Amino acid sequence: MSVRTISDITPSELPDRAAELLAGGHRLALVSAGRLERGYSLAYLFVAGRPDRRAELRLRLPAEQPSVPSLARLSFPAGRFEREIRDLYGITPLDHPLPRRLVRHHHWPRGWYPMGADAGAPPSFGDPEGPYPFVTVEGQGVYEIPVGPVHAGLIEPGHFRFSVVGETIIKLKARLWFVHKGIEKLFESREPADGLELAERVSGDTSVGHALAYCLAVEEATATPVSEPDQRARAVLLELERLYNHVTDLGALCNDVAFSVLHAQTGRIREQLLRINAEVTGHRLLRGAVRPGGTRLLRPPDPDRLRAIGADVREIVDIALGHTVVADRFTGTAVLPLDAARDLGTLGYVARASGVDGDARRDHPFIGIGDFTPALRTGGDVLARFQIRAEEIAASIALIDRLVGGAATEVPPPAGPSSSGVGLVEGWRGTIAHRVELAPDATLRRVKIVDPSFLNWPALPVALTSAIVPDFPLVNKSFNLSYAGNDL
Amino acid sequence: MVTGALGTGLQVIAVALGSPLLVGVMRQVRARLEGRAGPGIGQPWRDLRKLLRKEPIAAHGTGWPFRAAPLLVAGTALVVAAVVPLVTTVSPLDGVADLFAVTALLALGSVALALGALDTGTAFGGMGASREMAVLALVEPTILVSVFALSIRVGSTSLGQIVTATVEDPLAVVSPASVLAAVALAIVTIAETGRIPVDNPATHLELTMIHEAMVLEYAGPDLALVEWASAMRLSIFLGLLSSLFFPVGIATAGAGVLAVLLSVLVLVGKVAILGVLLAAGEVFMAKLRLFRVPELLAGSFLLALLAVAASFFLA
Repeated sequence: MSVRTISDITPSELPDRAAELLAGGHRLALVSAGRLERGYSLAYLFVAGRPDRRAELRLRLPAEQPSVPSLARLSFPAGRFEREIRDLYGITPLDHPLPRRLVRHHHWPRGWYPMGADAGAPPSFGDPEGPYPFVTVEGQGVYEIPVGPVHAGLIEPGHFRFSVVGETIIKLKARLWFVHKGIEKLFESREPADGLELAERVSGDTSVGHALAYCLAVEEATATPVSEPDQRARAVLLELERLYNHVTDLGALCNDVAFSVLHAQTGRIREQLLRINAEVTGHRLLRGAVRPGGTRLLRPPDPDRLRAIGADVREIVDIALGHTVVADRFTGTAVLPLDAARDLGTLGYVARASGVDGDARRDHPFIGIGDFTPALRTGGDVLARFQIRAEEIAASIALIDRLVGGAATEVPPPAGPSSSGVGLVEGWRGTIAHRVELAPDATLRRVKIVDPSFLNWPALPVALTSAIVPDFPLVNKSFNLSYAGNDL
Repeated sequence: MVTGALGTGLQVIAVALGSPLLVGVMRQVRARLEGRAGPGIGQPWRDLRKLLRKEPIAAHGTGWPFRAAPLLVAGTALVVAAVVPLVTTVSPLDGVADLFAVTALLALGSVALALGALDTGTAFGGMGASREMAVLALVEPTILVSVFALSIRVGSTSLGQIVTATVEDPLAVVSPASVLAAVALAIVTIAETGRIPVDNPATHLELTMIHEAMVLEYAGPDLALVEWASAMRLSIFLGLLSSLFFPVGIATAGAGVLAVLLSVLVLVGKVAILGVLLAAGEVFMAKLRLFRVPELLAGSFLLALLAVAASFFLA
């Protein structure tokens, strides 16, 4: 039994149907465009939790001057998806309130759409579009600080343009999109099993999250059943990935306020976790364990060792928050208000730190894990994002304990084959969405990936309004968004 | 007089050669206390050697302020190392360099570096320079006023005479004026040398930097000079703190050659202990929000003012 309903509609019906779904508590999780023999197809995936509901609206567009009514005024994420599709396929969102380029790199030739029917090989770089039109803030004492895209540390490329007065940020523009790899295109016409290695590499620190979302989508499309122990092992792996990433973030946040002793200590714990990962799966970053139709686990993690690690983390968190200067730096820094977090469609710990109650482990379960209450905070500041991580570490260890201990779980029965499938997984950053479409010969026709970073990036400048420049690295780390997962 | 010249020569050499080692010791202490192995105390010297071997290179569009700044900041540090009483109180240069000259020389180095940073025309250079000047504007008066509190007792602004007076009467340090001045000077030492909680010398995050943001555009031998000068300034501040408040072992007028040599060893020991204490303290500290730094420095200035008041009313 599939929880996904599919309706074929015409473009003119789209705004009303979308408004109806959004009003009914759905959020837009994904918009996938695809090429047809003639023209283009669009699939809008709306999802809601408790109970799990997924509604897909499909429509077809002509090959000549394809355009679609914009939903940007109904939903902020929709506007971002539409700009992405416009830049990659050339499908114009009509009446879009903010029609600037998003994914399009300024070296791409004019009129060249990398996902379009006649894209061909990647063209040589030119400078046809010119520099990005940054909004210039004017006024007495306003100056600009451009940072990146090449940074001093080992981080991914992103350009940040601060307009500041003194040290106070008036406006921040994050210009990303320097790492377009064409990964969605690489999926095309592969066997579903061969797509796994790509899915694992969408974002290096989220290999389980993306691999699992991909496998769930493929399994739905091909109606492949997965045994209960295998689904349970997947849930364990997902929590192991959350553990090592959250622990790393706790240390990095302390390091950004120059409290480096805790950074060294979390480094020690991270190494313990990576070794557990290697024992459990044979790979320190958990690659190769989740695969379509099943899970390959060498042995389950030892709950006692994880409990000891949990106590260790608890102590580190207490030391950090008991330090007056650290607490002062975290508290009230870069507040993301609840309304903004909800309107922007943020996901994961960023959303939950601002009071948005959403977690795919409860809302879109691939395995019934019993009573599960996601950690929730309402502060919306760096402190809340720090505490959410600390609480999720404890929750993950308890969950692994329960799953390895053999608590009763239930697996929803597989649906009939439908040539398309959707995977929703609560990765450590937030809800990951994959949607696959199969060709008649059972190869992949189209894979669309949405990393939570895609929806969370716009929240960073909002949270930073009227923060001070030297706090930016700390705030950025508290969001810790992926560049690679954002720019596919 | 001969031993005075010898002592002056030795303290310049000690500061010049020993400063990178002091930085190495401090980094190693931090690493060990944090549970890391650390690179060893010779690493700053190895870094300097590496930088000196690189080709000199200047950022496009920079002029003489950019090129002169490393020379000025290193030069002023060496001159200050010669005139402050570290090994000997009877430096032949003592007459020309009193409290005000020393403070001005240190400020000259900082200002030269800030001008060099502005000369690059980059956002980081300007940002670092503006932050450094904000810190400097609060640090320099505190140094002046707190040492002035000590000079009232002696009746002279000559650093050599202040230290000599303390050597003759060590218990004079245990006065409200001295204690207040010592605390004020310790705080500004941390600020002026860019240590936690004011600045983080280990960070790679451009936007949080104060001192490092100014020197981002320097490379090769120029960067080596700047790094070396920063290390020397740190040593000078720590040496001055120990001489002003705990001048045990310093060579005074009429000391023999042996006493001067012993004084060098004592200086190295005292500065190393202060450096270890500072590094150990840093492990337990986090960096203040930038807007809290002026509050800290204003507090230290207030302490210095109180020290002056105390030296008038409680002396």
